[in-house]
Amino acid sequence: MNLDFAQLVPSIPYILYGIWVTLQFVAVSLVLGFLWGTVLALFKIGRVTILRWFADAYTSVFRGTPLILQMLIIYYAVPQLTGMDIGAFSAGVLTFALNSAAYISEIIRAGINAVDKGQKEAAVALGVPYRTMMLKIILPQAMKNILPALMNEFITLTKESAIVSVIGALDIMRRAQIVGASNYRFFEPLLLAGLIYYLLVMLLTMAGRVMERRLAKSD
Amino acid sequence: MIDVNGLRKSFGYNEVLKGITTTINKGEVIAVIGPSGSGKSTFLRCLNLLETHNAGSIKIEGKEIKQLENHLRKKIGMVFQHFNLFPHLTVLENITFAPQQVLKTSKKDAVKNALDLLKAVGLSDKADAYPSRLSGGQKQRVAIARALAMKPDIMLFDEPTSALDPEMVKEVLQVMKNLVKTGMTMIIVTHEMGFAKEVADRVLFMDDGKLVEDEHPAVFFENPKTERAQAFLEKVL
Ligand SMILES: Nc1ncnc2c1ncn2[C@@H]1O[C@H](COP(=O)(O)OP(=O)(O)OP(=O)(O)O)[C@@H](O)[C@H]1O
Ligand SMILES: [Mg+2]
Repeated sequence: MNLDFAQLVPSIPYILYGIWVTLQFVAVSLVLGFLWGTVLALFKIGRVTILRWFADAYTSVFRGTPLILQMLIIYYAVPQLTGMDIGAFSAGVLTFALNSAAYISEIIRAGINAVDKGQKEAAVALGVPYRTMMLKIILPQAMKNILPALMNEFITLTKESAIVSVIGALDIMRRAQIVGASNYRFFEPLLLAGLIYYLLVMLLTMAGRVMERRLAKSD
Repeated sequence: MIDVNGLRKSFGYNEVLKGITTTINKGEVIAVIGPSGSGKSTFLRCLNLLETHNAGSIKIEGKEIKQLENHLRKKIGMVFQHFNLFPHLTVLENITFAPQQVLKTSKKDAVKNALDLLKAVGLSDKADAYPSRLSGGQKQRVAIARALAMKPDIMLFDEPTSALDPEMVKEVLQVMKNLVKTGMTMIIVTHEMGFAKEVADRVLFMDDGKLVEDEHPAVFFENPKTERAQAFLEKVL
């Protein structure tokens, strides 16, 4: 076994820059996924049958097929259909946003359902309209259940985001591979990439714990 | 004021209300009593559309309630067994929320009214506390104040003291007695027989989804007509 990290040193900043790309990628995906996921969750708990049906079918499809397949379809197949060329980064963001929306909608739905039924009844009995009730009474309480699960989704996304390297987005993973290919040594850059992912996940996990403690305290 | 006629309600195949007919007049205090599962809560919940009835009619001042929905809810306050205060809002915010959101009362007026109500229920010092810091009795008094803040014509109470420790029952009943004195129309589901006897104008005794007796409390508690009421009273008194 001969590991040679000296050769890797000049490439370290290049790989480290991938952290920024990955985090940007994950953050944008998560925000979009959250917005779309909220809409889907409202469909699911709403009274309109067709919207409920749509949101359930949507979730089922996105959870029931491989993420990498979804990404390849969006990256290769959509341009083929529309003639519009979509960059690797945008294709990745779009895929992850659409995919995480399916999971996030479940998180939100569960979070809303976990709010005591009496809260809704009290609001209804006071004549509070549905929208106001959702926004000001139910969602703020549901957030306590939603935020920790959302943090887990953030962590999962961070790890899973490595598959955008497949379509060539220059994230941590892709950069590690490029460095490996140019040095003919893969072990060291991949080890570094692994370390970076692990540290990111640990950091997010810790942030999640702090947040949970804060939420628990506000009871 | 409220005319209930042949009211029926089923959950699936389980018919819970089997034709209730009664009239409640303005200013009357009605105690609804009966064994567990007899449909008392369901009856109360039908009155403010938390449940929709399957047959019969409920009219308030001559108008069928299904057509009134939100307008009607503003006129009917409800107090729940488990208080259902909004835990993320302070006591004051709990009380001012609906007037501001629903009646579009200005914040200033809503707060002023809320402080008056808090004074009336003896909780002036708790305005800025969160519900989790209150005892059960205090929570229920806030819940009453919250319902009153909508200036309702009718107040519904579903076992308002059943979730309370015995030493807190009295303070809530006292607030309700004060409310009786203001001439409020009240329908109270309760297991507090002494209280029912003292404040109610009429006792409605329900059993198995039917209104079995409708009497003045003095008559009901001394000389219940039906065997079912006799058996019930023997158990609870
Ligand atoms: N949402 C519901 N879905 C199905 N069944 C219900 C529902 N609400 C009430 N029931 C049933 O209706 C019947 C009457 O219930 P209700 O709560 O009105 O009784 P109650 O007289 O208030 O009893 P308690 O004194 O225990 O509160 C019960 O058999 C109950 O199981
Ligand atoms: Mg009940």
